[in-house]
Amino acid sequence: MHEPHKDYLGDKFGMWLFLFTEILLFGGLFLLYAIYLHRYPAEFHQGGLELSRIFGAANTVVLITSSFTVALAISALQQGRRGLCQGLLAATIALAGVFMVNKYFEWSAKIAHGIYPGSSEMAQAGGTNIFFGLYYVMTGAHGLHVVIGAAILGFCMLRIGQGRVTAEDFGLLENGGLYWHLVDLVWIFLFPLFYLIS
Amino acid sequence: MPSPGETVPFLDPLPGRSGLTSWIFSTDHKRIGMLYLWCILTMFAVGVAIGVLMRLELIAPGRTIMGAQAYNAMFTLHGVVMVFLFVIPGIPAAFGNILLPLQIGAEDVSFPRLNIFSWWLYLTGAVLAVTSLFTGGGPPDTGWTFYVPFSERTTTNVSLAVVAVFILGFSSILTGLNFITTIHRLRAPQMSWGKLPLFVWSLYATAWIQLLATPVLGVTVALVFIERLLGIGLFDPAKGGDPLLYQHLFWIYSHPAVYIMIVPAMGVVSEIIPAFDRKSIFGYKAIAVSSLAIAFAGSLVWAHHMFTSGMSDTAVLVFSFLTFVVAIPSAIKVFNWVATLYKGSIYLEPPLLFALGFIFLFSVGGLTGLVLGSAGTDIHVHDTYFVVAHFHYVIFGGTGFGLFAAMHFWFPKIFGRMYDRKLANASWYLLIGGFNMLYFPMFLIGLMGMPRRYYDYLPMYQTGHMISTAGSWVLVAGLVTMFWGLSKCLRGPRTVGRNPWGAATLEWTLPSPPPHLTFLDPPDEVPSPYSYAGVKRDA
Repeated sequence: MHEPHKDYLGDKFGMWLFLFTEILLFGGLFLLYAIYLHRYPAEFHQGGLELSRIFGAANTVVLITSSFTVALAISALQQGRRGLCQGLLAATIALAGVFMVNKYFEWSAKIAHGIYPGSSEMAQAGGTNIFFGLYYVMTGAHGLHVVIGAAILGFCMLRIGQGRVTAEDFGLLENGGLYWHLVDLVWIFLFPLFYLIS
Repeated sequence: MPSPGETVPFLDPLPGRSGLTSWIFSTDHKRIGMLYLWCILTMFAVGVAIGVLMRLELIAPGRTIMGAQAYNAMFTLHGVVMVFLFVIPGIPAAFGNILLPLQIGAEDVSFPRLNIFSWWLYLTGAVLAVTSLFTGGGPPDTGWTFYVPFSERTTTNVSLAVVAVFILGFSSILTGLNFITTIHRLRAPQMSWGKLPLFVWSLYATAWIQLLATPVLGVTVALVFIERLLGIGLFDPAKGGDPLLYQHLFWIYSHPAVYIMIVPAMGVVSEIIPAFDRKSIFGYKAIAVSSLAIAFAGSLVWAHHMFTSGMSDTAVLVFSFLTFVVAIPSAIKVFNWVATLYKGSIYLEPPLLFALGFIFLFSVGGLTGLVLGSAGTDIHVHDTYFVVAHFHYVIFGGTGFGLFAAMHFWFPKIFGRMYDRKLANASWYLLIGGFNMLYFPMFLIGLMGMPRRYYDYLPMYQTGHMISTAGSWVLVAGLVTMFWGLSKCLRGPRTVGRNPWGAATLEWTLPSPPPHLTFLDPPDEVPSPYSYAGVKRDA
């Protein structure tokens, strides 16, 4: 009987290629950011002052912690501690939830102040409109990736529960972890570009 | 005792697994390739039909069979269908899928389930693109480039069309990812990089462009969608945005995309020329490396589409220079093919005819590209029929003829039967004649100033347009003849042996058609792909 082909390195290779595409997807947005920052430095400075650094910093800590828990989860699985691994993954997903709830409050506060695309204040305001437009698009795209990443980790938990991802065959979880680190990394760039730019 | 999978041809059902689901949920790269092939040929038929209708409208000045709005929708659809649904997936997704694992002695691609998922994405994108014609505020009328600000304001169904493009892009990315991983990880142990068939090299270069350029298109069309939904104004000058940035982002993908279209066809030609010439390819390394060089240099030339858009003169000069640089690796290929033909023992079979058609038409298209790439002349011919002619010479004359060459070259391998040689030859004459009759007058009326994308024109252009429209009928006759010559041979007993052309790449060591399971164990010996000494024909 022919053995199914298992290629651990190939799986990782494919995942890294996929991460490149994600970076390029955000790259298009970062390019827009760079050009508009060059064109509207004063408005970007002013816009940065209006964002809450407390919320931003809190979310940065939350995401970095979640990257730590996912790394621990992979180590735990490699050592065969399945329960611990699943607990750590659950913690990671919970942290993703905290991030999204934070984001919800942050966005609601902005919208309550009349800062949202198409609002009467924004439409007139050239550079400020662009700053907040990019803010919504880029943090929105990132938020979508947080949700997708959490779903992927949830799928990994399911597979671990079914015994399909194990201490010997942990490629899926590692790739899920890589995706999660990418989500984290994008935020590491978004945070200073929007919150600390002033 | 071999299992049925190792003996039953992949076109035939395995015991207990038959019907439609054994195709649309198959993870076999050969079956997935066939799914793509039928889809892209269907889309080609749609695109051709739209093109013929457009030509009919242009046979005389004024309104002939449709008005301005209908014509705008027609050229948009022709572009979207041909570019995103036919040409880009054309050779890589159809023939690449079928042949890549066979040519490197692998059992399948690295990620077979991702492979069928890519096809489902393609199908979803195709269905959405077609749906956008009949729903919402009418078919999109922006041209396939979706330029802002018009694409943000038009009431037609651009939103659904850009979603379709986003999904198709995702499909293309995943195919590229799959191929790169496969070529790195699954080559037969003896298949060193220097023994890779040149078709595989071209797929490799193409896959990198698909992987690295397509995400930028994804985010760009996503922004168009968001702008239509929320009106943020990132590209709207009234709200502080800059429409030129859209053009940059769009062409950062869409110029490399023309190399996604043409490079695999160059790979096909590199396979066919030595096989019908009984002579090893001239300049193997130069051809292999030039594919990568095209992929690299082609990623740096996008703004030559924007010489009249209002860029700085410095940017125009830099991009004009880089555009000339891309001509070098393309020319390297052409010279090497011609050098391979020199003193070869040439068999003028239909696949070679189509490959020669490629070289001729691509050369015309490539050289007229330099007229467009040099900033001075481009100002004169920008957005005229000269561009339309250039693009069709490169993409239809190049990729289209490359695809036709591939269809004839691998037809006996895939179906185990030979096509009708007389009809294939006849169709070639009709196609090459009709093609030049259709597109060559466009160069002339373009130089005279006929702008593209108009349903009406001044009487001075009528002769050119009339010849061109008549040419479209000859071309269609050629296409009908060609597909008739192929499809009439789809039935009947499978009589073709393993290697009807006496070619030396690995797929010709397998039965025709190959069985469901191929290269379960990698081949022991991997010969040089273009060394014909000792290779026996097996017709």
